Parts: sequence; structure tokens; C-alpha cells
Amino acid sequence: MATTEDPSAEQTATDEWRAGLYEATPEREGEAFSTISGVQNEPLYTPHNVEVDYERDLGYPGVHPFTRGVYPSMYRGRLWTMRQFAGFGTAAETNARFRYLLEHGQTGLSTAFDMPTLMGYDSDNPRSLGEVGREGVAVDSLDDMETLFAGIPLGEVSTSMTINSPAAMLLAFYACVGEQQGVPLDRLRGTVQTDILKEYIAQKEWIFPPEPSMRLVVDMIEWCAQEMPLMHPVSISGYHIREAGSTAAQELAFTLADGFAYVDACVERGLDVDDFAPRLSFFFNAHLDFFEEIAKYRAARRIWARELRDRYGAKNPRSWLMRFHAQTAGVSLTAQQPEVNLIRTALEALAAVLGGTQSLHTNSFDEALALPTENAVRLALRTQQVIAHETGVVNTIDPLGGSYYVEHLTNELERQAYDYFDRIERLGGVVEAIKENFFQREIAEASFRYQAEVEAKQRIVVGVNRYQIEAEPELEILKIDPALEERQIARVQALRARRDSAAVESALARLQADATEGRNLMPPILDAAGAYVTMGEMCDALREVWGVWRETPVF
Amino acid sequence: MARKIRVVIAKPGLDGHDRGAKIIARALRDAGMEVIYTGLHQTPEQIVETAIQEDADAVGISILSGAHMTLVPRILDGLRENGADDVIVVVGGTIPADDADELRKRGVAGIFTPGAPTSEIVDFLKGAVPVA
Repeated sequence: MATTEDPSAEQTATDEWRAGLYEATPEREGEAFSTISGVQNEPLYTPHNVEVDYERDLGYPGVHPFTRGVYPSMYRGRLWTMRQFAGFGTAAETNARFRYLLEHGQTGLSTAFDMPTLMGYDSDNPRSLGEVGREGVAVDSLDDMETLFAGIPLGEVSTSMTINSPAAMLLAFYACVGEQQGVPLDRLRGTVQTDILKEYIAQKEWIFPPEPSMRLVVDMIEWCAQEMPLMHPVSISGYHIREAGSTAAQELAFTLADGFAYVDACVERGLDVDDFAPRLSFFFNAHLDFFEEIAKYRAARRIWARELRDRYGAKNPRSWLMRFHAQTAGVSLTAQQPEVNLIRTALEALAAVLGGTQSLHTNSFDEALALPTENAVRLALRTQQVIAHETGVVNTIDPLGGSYYVEHLTNELERQAYDYFDRIERLGGVVEAIKENFFQREIAEASFRYQAEVEAKQRIVVGVNRYQIEAEPELEILKIDPALEERQIARVQALRARRDSAAVESALARLQADATEGRNLMPPILDAAGAYVTMGEMCDALREVWGVWRETPVF
Repeated sequence: MARKIRVVIAKPGLDGHDRGAKIIARALRDAGMEVIYTGLHQTPEQIVETAIQEDADAVGISILSGAHMTLVPRILDGLRENGADDVIVVVGGTIPADDADELRKRGVAGIFTPGAPTSEIVDFLKGAVPVA
């Protein structure tokens, strides 16, 4: 590979090949020769058009800048965690799905909450009507959390919870269940998503304005660092940014910018970067453009390591490590010929593995139509098991490192990310950029461009704009029982009737006082959780203090 | 010259999946329509109010949360109760076939599921809204 001294000297050899041989044959017309994100590809990458300094840019697995992997032995030491995201209906139904997945060889749990829970509404709130248990499990209180994890030893599993605005409340419920099982706080392992910035940017499940939301995130990071050291209090997420229509470079750049914003906020609180950075984790999309995705993960590790060491002065090498979870791209699934989604998901999962992921969720093939059936989830898990045990890709670390093309793409994505960091900085940082709709506009633009390319058939989506079939056979899909909403409403109302209402009142009063007076909110939230105060009641109490967020929509 | 078709693009319910709504809003605008996008997390009552205030010819409801059988009929009822049942209602999202049939029976004029090209939606609205 070329070193920095001779970039153009030998350029002519590749140019000569291109002009003399390559261009003698006309290129196919119609489809674009660019990545799904619009990065133009050369027909060939050679030592002449890729610049890499091996020690500086790549190095060794487990060694700064970790481009080739965060751990020295990677999958030869331990495979990634196979972690299927699950949640629907009531806590009892999801508990049964959790047990099913554990029985079939899954190695970690991942909880999907329903929309009302994500928005901080109890199941009996009028705003929740029709949405209880539809897209995830309804959890209103500690009572539901006890059912959700019944019979699952929390000292032995790691649990991921996809919850953001009310993350502190759900973490408190989990801590209380652990306590009931006799598992001390410092033995509970898992990840709480808590990434509020990407909610404003892309996922749009928010409650409070950005400033108090950030304060709550820092409260959780601070508290976990002291009390729950095995918990990842934030999973900085690009997944939803990509699903909302961003490019790979935007996913990379916006996610890392969010990560830096959390680090800045914690440092501002007075925390030492090495006290919390080792517990920050990441969550990326695994999309269809195979090499671009692999390059994205490699660039992400390199940027994070460099910035944490050089900009933030982190001394502990564990602070430099970007560990991430990946999920295959929901947005790439098609409702047409849904079985084809099995192949899409397998290829995406392979990219995540070749990119060095620490854990992985593979989507089920029927998810463009509904929440997955048990059969579809098992196939999705089997996809990971085939990659792990049958393909041999786990035998060698970062097997695509040194590929001229992959190194070029890694450099290119890194360059685009730094361009975005500059633009965000000029807008005054992430929160200001959110308020100016910067991210929202960039994503809407990218997603519209992609849609136009599909409609012009510059991008082919199999079964959608080519290779369609006339009669789509009907697929058996999971149906959510409409009666469960009534049952869940009755459940939370029965809880309200039987709990100690004086304890509830005093817990809520303390929560509001601590919110107003700027104390860490985790202790009062834990007390409230233990008194069976509901998540919605705690959120309402904080809504009174902080107000709510409203977005000015742009398209 | 024919007047412009006025369309309210609405996001009822609690989900934040606004990618489709924004693409449709922009495609309709590019096709020469007046588009009002409500933004996220709207109640059926808010959507009815916007449709009436904006004197909309059509309302496009984007919904991916699975709550369509609860929320769409409430919008249809609300329009009818307010004497606005001439407003054409179309729905886009993950709508299973059985539910789509039921929604059509209740008065939804068009249903567009994932993969529908924006041109199809533009043409449908141009055909459905009488602009003299």
C-alpha cells in the first residue's frame, strides 16, 4: 500500500490500466456505481489510490486505534453476543418469548418496549389508546418488570433495554427486580439505551426539552459509575438515524457527535473521563451495502479511539474502545416476497461480523409486515449461528483489513465524518444543531434522494421495482390480541388501588424537589420505583418541572 | 389554471417513524400540491382540526405503529361529525390486507403499503380530487 510520500508518482500505472484496458469495454447502463449512500466507487483500488500508514491507521486488534478490532483475540476468544430484540403484548407474553430465546441458544436479552412506554405514558393514559403492547411490551411499573423477568436469573444474563426518555425509571425497575432476586447492584449487567440526542435527531420518542434530558442522562452515567459498574448506562445509537434515511457517513458522524456531546456533558459535571468512558457503548445499523458497512465500523473505532485519547485525554485504554451492538436494517426489509428478507438479513449480519461487532440482532423476515412469529425469530437467530459456526469468517480477525477498497472506504467515511463534526461545531454543538433542524434536514434530504433513485431504477430493490411477482402468497403473521390493552389497563389501575398512596405522594414530591434543586435524580427515582410509582406518574411529575419538547417539523 | 390540491399529511399516534411521511409530503409538494405536514404524535382530534382549518381536499395518514384500526376510524368519524366528509382520506403504512379491506369499507379512499412509488400516490390524489 502507498505511503504518504508517493501518492501520485505511481498513479499512472492504475490510470494507464483504466484508460487502456478498462475503458475499452462500456459500462452497464442504468444502475449507479456508487454505494447505497451515494459514495462514488472507482472501478479498482490499488496501492496507488489508497493511502494507509499501517501502524498509525490500522495497528493490531486490541491496540490503539483499534481499527482492526477492540479485543486482541476477537471471535477466536469469544463469539459476539447473539441478542434478539423482543417485546410485545404484556410482560407475561414477553417473558415467555425471552425464555424461548434463551432455550434456543440466545446469549443475552434485549427488551423492546411499546410506544406508550417509550413516550412516558402509562397504559391507561388516553394517548396510549390502541398502542398498548403493539410494538413492544407495556411496562408501567415495577409490578410489570417483576413479571417480565420472572424466572430469569438477573445475575446470570445481560439485559439490554431499548428505552430513552424514561430510561432512568426503567433502570430503577430493573435494579429493584435484581434486589428482589438477591442480586446486588454491582452484579447486574446490561445496557440501557438512554440516547436522547438521537431521539431528537431521528427516532422522535421524546418527552422533555434537550437540556433537562441531557441532565438526566448525566445523572444516570454518574450514578451507574458508582453503583452499577457493570451496566452500560448509554448506548449511543446510529441505528435509528440510519433507519430514518441517513447515509452511512451521516450515521457515523451524527452518532459520534452525540457520543462526544455526552462526554462533554459528563466532563462539565466534573466527572473524570476515565470514570465513565469505559462504560459508554454504541449501536449501529447493519445495512445492505456490504463493504461500506464494514468500513463504517472500522472508521468508527478509529475516530473514537483517537478523540478519546487525544482530545479528551483519557488515560485508561478501555476508555478508547468503541464497543458496539449491531442490528440488521429494518428499513431494507420488503413486504413483497418477504422470504427474500432472510437473504438480505444474512448479508447484513455478515457485514456486522466482518466489521467486528460485539453483539448482534438479526431481523426476522416477516418484520415488514408485523412483529415476528416465533418461527421467523428462530430463523433469524439461526442465521447468526450459521455465520458463527459454518462459514469460517470468525477464524481470522478483521479479514478485510488491507483490502485496498475497504481501506479506501474507511478513510473516505472518516473524512466525511470530520466534515460533519466541523459543521456541527459551527452551529454551536449537537443540541443547537437539533434546535435548528440541521440533522433532521440532512436526513430528510438523503432519504428523499434514495427514494428518487429507487423510483428511477438507478437502485434495484428485488421484488419491489424489479423481479416482482403478480400474486404474493399470504404469510402467517403475528397478531396482537386487542383484548390485551384492556387487561394491561386493568392491571395498572389495580396496582394504583392497592399500593400505599402516601408513599407514592411523598416519593413524587421528593422527585420534583430534587429535579428543581439539581440533585442527582437516580436515588429518588429508585425510591419511587420501590413504592410502585408508575413510570407515567414519574414522567408527569418531571413534565411539570421541565415542560415538554415540541419539534418544528421540516420536510 | 386549476387551483392547487391541498393535502394534510398527518402522523397520528406515538411512533416516531416519519421517514415515509416526509418523503410523501415532499413528493406531493414537488408535484404542485399545497402540503401541510402536522408533525409527529398527533391525536385524531388534532388531525381533524387541522384538516378543517386548512380546508384540505385530502388527508394522508402515515401510520406504522399498528394502531391504525383504533386511530383511523376516529379520524373518519371526526371528519364526518364536523361535516367534512368530502375530505378524501388515504392511509400509508404497514397495513395488513384484512385491515385494509375493513378501512376501505369505513371510507378510506386509498391505502398504500411499503414499496408503493410516490408517483402512484400523486396520481391517485390527482384522480380523486376534483379540481375544476
